[in-house]
Amino acid sequence: MKVGLFAPCYIDQFYPQAAVATLELLERLGCDVAYPRGQTCCGQPMANAGCAAAAEAAHRHIAACFEEFDYVVGPSGSCVLHLREYVEGAPSARYYELCQFLVEVLQVERLDAAFPCRVGLHASCHGLRGLRLARASERQEPPFDYVACLLDMVDGVERVPLDRPDECCGFGGMFAVEEEAVSVRMGADRLADHLRQNVEVITGTDMSCLMHLEGLIRRRNLPLRVVHVAEILNGSGEARNA
Amino acid sequence: MHDPTHDLMDDGARLAAADRSARVRHADRAARFVADAGQTDWHDAVLWRIRGKRDAAAGRVEGWERLRALASEIKEHTLSRLDEYLAAFEEAATANGAQVHWAADADAHNRIVRDLLRARGVRRVVKSKSMLTEECGLNPYLEARGFKVVDTDLGERIVQLREEPPSHLVAPAIHVRKEEIAALFHEKLGTPADADDPRLLAAAMREDLRARFLAADAAITGVNFAVASTGALVLVTNEGNADLGAHLAPAHIACMGIEKLIPKPEHLGVFLRLLARSATGQPLSVYTSYFRRPAPGRELHVVLVDNGRSRRLAQPDFRAALKCIRCGACLNTCPVYRRSGGHSYGATPSGPIGAILAPGMDMKRYASLPFASSLCGSCSDVCPVKIDIHAQLHRWRQVAAREGYVSWPKRWGMRVAGWIVRSPRRYRLAGRLVRGWLRHAPRRLRYGPWNAWGRQRELPRAPDRSFGEWYAAERGKK
Repeated sequence: MKVGLFAPCYIDQFYPQAAVATLELLERLGCDVAYPRGQTCCGQPMANAGCAAAAEAAHRHIAACFEEFDYVVGPSGSCVLHLREYVEGAPSARYYELCQFLVEVLQVERLDAAFPCRVGLHASCHGLRGLRLARASERQEPPFDYVACLLDMVDGVERVPLDRPDECCGFGGMFAVEEEAVSVRMGADRLADHLRQNVEVITGTDMSCLMHLEGLIRRRNLPLRVVHVAEILNGSGEARNA
Repeated sequence: MHDPTHDLMDDGARLAAADRSARVRHADRAARFVADAGQTDWHDAVLWRIRGKRDAAAGRVEGWERLRALASEIKEHTLSRLDEYLAAFEEAATANGAQVHWAADADAHNRIVRDLLRARGVRRVVKSKSMLTEECGLNPYLEARGFKVVDTDLGERIVQLREEPPSHLVAPAIHVRKEEIAALFHEKLGTPADADDPRLLAAAMREDLRARFLAADAAITGVNFAVASTGALVLVTNEGNADLGAHLAPAHIACMGIEKLIPKPEHLGVFLRLLARSATGQPLSVYTSYFRRPAPGRELHVVLVDNGRSRRLAQPDFRAALKCIRCGACLNTCPVYRRSGGHSYGATPSGPIGAILAPGMDMKRYASLPFASSLCGSCSDVCPVKIDIHAQLHRWRQVAAREGYVSWPKRWGMRVAGWIVRSPRRYRLAGRLVRGWLRHAPRRLRYGPWNAWGRQRELPRAPDRSFGEWYAAERGKK
């Protein structure tokens, strides 16, 4: 199975460890993974700003980068959702968020990793309500949760329930700066929920949400840290030591 | 005959109109709301509790998601043949003895109501349950022409006495605290200065309103559903004021948007099961009132209002907004609305549904609303008629940019970003520059006043190597 690794631009530039973990994890699970070096950005920031036309070239470029692969897998629900909506042409899905790929395609049942920690799972909205990685709390259907399911395969992870299991953190791309006051307040409220449950590490599928939360954590010196879920599932050394 | 108060009042209306034409800057208004942390805590908690009640009520209905799908399909179908259903409704309602009036826009609506009132020598009007009349600005219009208009629903009356618009679709005064209501009622109704017991306050209001109900010459109500095949109107309320008003006054004027139609009475079973549960978590509102024909010697008027609705019907990207049954669930669930308050939208309705309705009415004024969202999508999942609210917000952003309502630095910035990421070489260079700057620029520079991110948040720590650089070094055969 030929898998193209999609490393969203901000992960490539600011959080390379999440992409390294994704690559290593997929390889350990037997995938033939390659990283097309020419890839850049999925174009979501432009489209969300109302300038979808400015993103068209990015869409074409990404599509060309990943033409040859059976699957394209990336550690970001939000960027993958954007690619599915703007780039994916075929009726069968080829672009996958990492956890979705592990559950739906690889049908992983066990993982060789340990992470002894109280972990709060941040359900990023685009993965949750766009890719349906879990049952959103609004919906009246049997509960399921891909990411939680995978985390539970990791030794020592103590997954902590939250008061509001899937409220938005307030990142929202440009929203974070254009609506700075509300964005910060949303993030602070999310952190308060995790702190009430004595969470040590907040994890999730989207480093963008975690970057926003981390920004608040560091400014306020809160006893929390953020780790991308790929690092936990991979048992990356960085995840334990960060 | 010339009415001297007329011109005077029209000045007020003109001033109000000028205020309405100013651009709404949601972010600024929201920042002012959030600055009061206590109020934000409380507003968020109250609305989240309603969302919780909604979840519990929806969970007790087997097949809730199927019910939503069915409601959505009934509305889609009705909209696809709205012209036929409107004609059928008019025929049936007229046969029942109601009089049907057609209003192309808010102005026509207000004029029709005014003429109906004038022709009957009405001076005092009681109103209940109508967001449409808010949309049309009926109250100021009638007041400027000497009519005495009293909103009779408790929340609506509170905001009327405070001289401000409603902040929520079904809980218009949700932003007002008990203590503020106590002070307001003390001033307006003469309740004791320190009395803030809700039962006492509600009783004082009931006392005050009873006299107004009895004195009213006409009652204006909204409509929740109009049944095309029977010409019946259905109103759901918790206080019963619509019934009281309509049954006491000689004339009942029901004002409705043309999208309120449903084909048949049996479809009510779908919508009534969804509406109250989505709105407040009640299985059914306290009153579900059917109006079919006027009582002997009384009059029933129905004003059908377009006001931009048929224009929206012709917009495939945005027509689904017409399915809205005004339950307010998208407001209660919206993490932005809960933390910014209804008035931050400067529109009625406010919240996510307001943010997709208002730009279609006046893009210049409301261009900021589609951006007042993190696009979390909770609104679309909670909506009982499955309006794709967050997707419409995204599409309104494209329209706003196309029509020049996105600031030039942002548009220019996006164009530059698009140009950079078109080329791997430019992208890598830009990445190296940004990382270098984050790593080495003095803090003073990184956190300058231009940096909205950094006002309350740290910027990410930039690594020495990007993933691409790591990959080239560690796996660099290719």
